[in-house]
Amino acid sequence: MLVAFQSKAQKQVEVVKFDWYKNLRSIENDTTYIINFWATWCLPCVEELPEFEKLTSAYQNEKVKVILVSLDFYKKLSITVIPYLEKTKIKSEVVLLNEPNYNDWIDKVDKSWEGAIPATVIFNNQKKIYHFIEGQTSFAEITEIIKTKN
Amino acid sequence: MKALLFSLMAILTLSFVSFTNADNSGYKVGDKAKDFKLKNIDGKMVSMQDYQRATGIILIFTCNHCPFSVAYEDRIIELHNKYASKGYPVVAINSNDAIAYPADSYENMIERAQEKKFPFAYLHDETQDFAKLYGAAKTPHVFILKKVGTEFVVSYIGAIDDNSNEPELVKTKFVENALNEMLDGKEVSQPSTKAVGCSIKWKK
Repeated sequence: MLVAFQSKAQKQVEVVKFDWYKNLRSIENDTTYIINFWATWCLPCVEELPEFEKLTSAYQNEKVKVILVSLDFYKKLSITVIPYLEKTKIKSEVVLLNEPNYNDWIDKVDKSWEGAIPATVIFNNQKKIYHFIEGQTSFAEITEIIKTKN
Repeated sequence: MKALLFSLMAILTLSFVSFTNADNSGYKVGDKAKDFKLKNIDGKMVSMQDYQRATGIILIFTCNHCPFSVAYEDRIIELHNKYASKGYPVVAINSNDAIAYPADSYENMIERAQEKKFPFAYLHDETQDFAKLYGAAKTPHVFILKKVGTEFVVSYIGAIDDNSNEPELVKTKFVENALNEMLDGKEVSQPSTKAVGCSIKWKK
């Protein structure tokens, strides 16, 4: 795995391959993962980032983890993605999924996913929670999902 | 009473199912495509009737603002140049809400088409009805239509190829493969593929 270290003050974004997601998805623990697929060029995605930031702060002391998976082009990491994250002071963990052959892995995330972003996967393997949302979601919608199953 | 409640529930469940189906609706491979009538960048209305002599149409939902669409512009031009003479011209359609994305306005479509010298029709789906009818969710999103008699039948839905941002690293050209098979009279071996794209922004 490659880690793009900028200077210390800068937001760190790990560059990952699909295996990263596969491993995370099969992890056997009691953490609820909220995985949001987004990109800086995607207006509806950027619009909903504050919702995920709210989740990150609201659940910081609980077993809930938000990970923002950027589908920006790898070449844009240091020129677009990191400056964007710095400017917006995003606190949630961000990774960049560098897998340009989407046809290989979109179905493996969820068969119903057409490939439009934003898309969000919520899971807790121990609690057998699994939710897939294609399109915009909200803090309220996700807390509802987490609450009812907890 | 119980029976009534049960049938009521059944009706409710059924209507919910059909609602969710309608929600994900759109064309599947094998469906007949309805005619369109949309304004081209030259101000003229274009419909399938204008393509009666073609063998089919490479219909591509695209737009100006989306980095994926921009990354594919040259490849879309190439597709048209390669396949129009074989009976499959490209027809590009922009269905985006110009309020959300001013770059996708009709005026900007004209400008972009002139800059890139688009050799194909670039139509404005202002009401977004056409994207909804087809089930186009993102840009670019390709629907290859094949003429059967006087009808156009959806023969392929999906991505152009397997690498949006690095054309030099493309391994599989999905659309070209499908077209070559169709031109050889063969069945399309991979009639649908998936790709990430910019979601078409629906009007509020």
